[in-house]
Amino acid sequence: MGRYLIRRSLFLIMVVVVVSFLTFLIFVKLPAGDPARRAVGRTTTPEQIENARKAFGLDKPLYVQYWRFLRGFIPWPPSQPLEMIAGKPPPPDGPWLDATEPDGPYYSYGNFVPVKEEIARRLPITGTLAIGAAIIWLLLGIPIGILSGVRRRSVADRAAMIFAIVGVSMPIFWLAQLLLYAFWFKLRILPSSGIPIGYEGWGGALRAAAEGRFILPWVSLAYINAAFYARMVRGNLIETMNEDYIRTARAKGLSERRVIYKHGLRGALTPVVTMLGLDVGLLLGGAFITETVFGLPGIGQLAVSAIGTNDFPMVMGVTIIGAFIIAVANLVVDVAYAFLDPRVRYT
Amino acid sequence: MPQPLLEVKDLRVHFPTDDGLVKAVDGVTYSLAPGETLGIVGESGSGKSVSSLTVMGLITPKQANISGEVLFQGQDLLKLPKDEMRTIRGAKISMIFQDPMTSLHPFYKVGFQISEAILEHQEISKKEALDQAVEMLARVNIPHPKDRANQYPHEFSGGMRQRAMIAMALALNPDVLIADEPTTALDVTVQAQILDLIDKLKSEFNAAVIIITHDLGVVAEHCDNIMVMYAGKAAEFGNTEDIYYKPLHPYTWGLLRSIPRLDEDTHERLHPIRGLPPSLINVPPGCAFHPRCPYRFEPCDKEVPALLPVDGHHAAACHLSLADKQRIRDEEVMARG
Repeated sequence: MGRYLIRRSLFLIMVVVVVSFLTFLIFVKLPAGDPARRAVGRTTTPEQIENARKAFGLDKPLYVQYWRFLRGFIPWPPSQPLEMIAGKPPPPDGPWLDATEPDGPYYSYGNFVPVKEEIARRLPITGTLAIGAAIIWLLLGIPIGILSGVRRRSVADRAAMIFAIVGVSMPIFWLAQLLLYAFWFKLRILPSSGIPIGYEGWGGALRAAAEGRFILPWVSLAYINAAFYARMVRGNLIETMNEDYIRTARAKGLSERRVIYKHGLRGALTPVVTMLGLDVGLLLGGAFITETVFGLPGIGQLAVSAIGTNDFPMVMGVTIIGAFIIAVANLVVDVAYAFLDPRVRYT
Repeated sequence: MPQPLLEVKDLRVHFPTDDGLVKAVDGVTYSLAPGETLGIVGESGSGKSVSSLTVMGLITPKQANISGEVLFQGQDLLKLPKDEMRTIRGAKISMIFQDPMTSLHPFYKVGFQISEAILEHQEISKKEALDQAVEMLARVNIPHPKDRANQYPHEFSGGMRQRAMIAMALALNPDVLIADEPTTALDVTVQAQILDLIDKLKSEFNAAVIIITHDLGVVAEHCDNIMVMYAGKAAEFGNTEDIYYKPLHPYTWGLLRSIPRLDEDTHERLHPIRGLPPSLINVPPGCAFHPRCPYRFEPCDKEVPALLPVDGHHAAACHLSLADKQRIRDEEVMARG
């Protein structure tokens, strides 16, 4: 078990490094516009552009640039704090000069904050959104799936499957607008989109959640997934109930309730764990549409705006974080699976 | 003849499907005395499994139209409420299945799965049930039963799993054990072990056994009586000697001739029964076997032959006259060896 975890962790680091290298190559080799030129504004001299290039470190060899980019994500030892954010006046040659420090943080081209800090600031929003939504869709999807699977072809089953078809087919942004229109604009019982200034960190995200600011985003995001999960649980359960071991359980004289909930569900729900891990991992890397529609300053929104402004460091940062979270989610799923299914062994 | 323990009378199990009514079992009658071993033999789709699943109450009126009677100790199981049937199923009548690879739950320990059956029917603690499960594993000759009870099915070999299934089925000392193709999925060497084990435990537990199989050779030395089924009906019924040495139905002849023999000239081919088992939706009129029967004559495609006793309780459902049957049997079938 210990050896397995070490091996998987090393593999995880390797995956993230490979992803970082590929992202770096893509964004350095195929830049949509010269970042130095964009940074200095419209009326400039070639000298100023050259200065900016130096300031960004774009004149350095690629491996130096890559190392600085990577160094920006390695948590230890901590990189130097950015003085500008602490309220000091910007250095005379421009705010990004610190960026030339070989050990300095990796800055966004857009607003000159360290990429790592910006991502850390937004992670609580995305985290609250993803985890809250996941809880809702599990609480909805699994019971609906079970009910539908157990009472196959009943009215309840048909209703549940209509619920699922609607959920699977409805685009999130449309559902989100619909919910906003109804519950905020017309009924005025839920807050509008956005998170007010000053709601910082996990405390701020939870406060916003307590004020109901996450309810509509949660519901929008949860509905489509609840629909998927309901269908998956139903299908799995129906399939499991045809297994030979279910017949054995019945032959033992067990009650139908025990046959379904002890023997059937155990087999039917195990794959749900896999799905859940990967889905939550994916969402933690940014729920782009939901965050954009509801004006939630999360990772997804950050990624969208960074792409829009050619903020390469930020795009790369978001990509790395996304890859890292998904790799971790995969590892968690695999380890969890070995606990749930005795046939799976760590090797 | 002793008072029968289990009597199945004119059992019919018809499954309504989109393609039509599947007459899986169409009028089967047999009885089982305490301590008796009955073999039910037939090809796939002859209704042998369905008839025993119905006896177990594992085929419900929701799934199929069931008629007839299943009298167990004088009580009609088909009329019993679900909950009462559950107290009999697994405790008084229990069953082991064809494929031990898939019949045990892969996520639960073997000991737990056996103790679960015990707990369902006895008011004892989990600890006691588990102890009983370990004891049962020992009785089916599983070495280190205590450790084995703590393992998952995938850690068992095929034969061991079937032993575990037998332990589970016998844990509550049932009156009837139904073994549905208990050896089909196992290696030949293990097959004999399992059948011997069933024999041994049958006398230890004083149970009656029904062995369902498609292989006449397998059950020869383990059965008292044999019922040969074809297309949901009994083709022939008799004691083992009758079926093996004095068979009176062309289908039984076919089955016997299709058993490969080691003591014969090796260049002789196997003798399969020509044709395929009939569709149970469109069962051929008259005798269901007539399209494949080399001895068919005039009434065979029109009249359904009744299962008529020949001597004692040996009975066959065939239109041929007894004299013809005996002649064909002696000249063509048994002459072979």
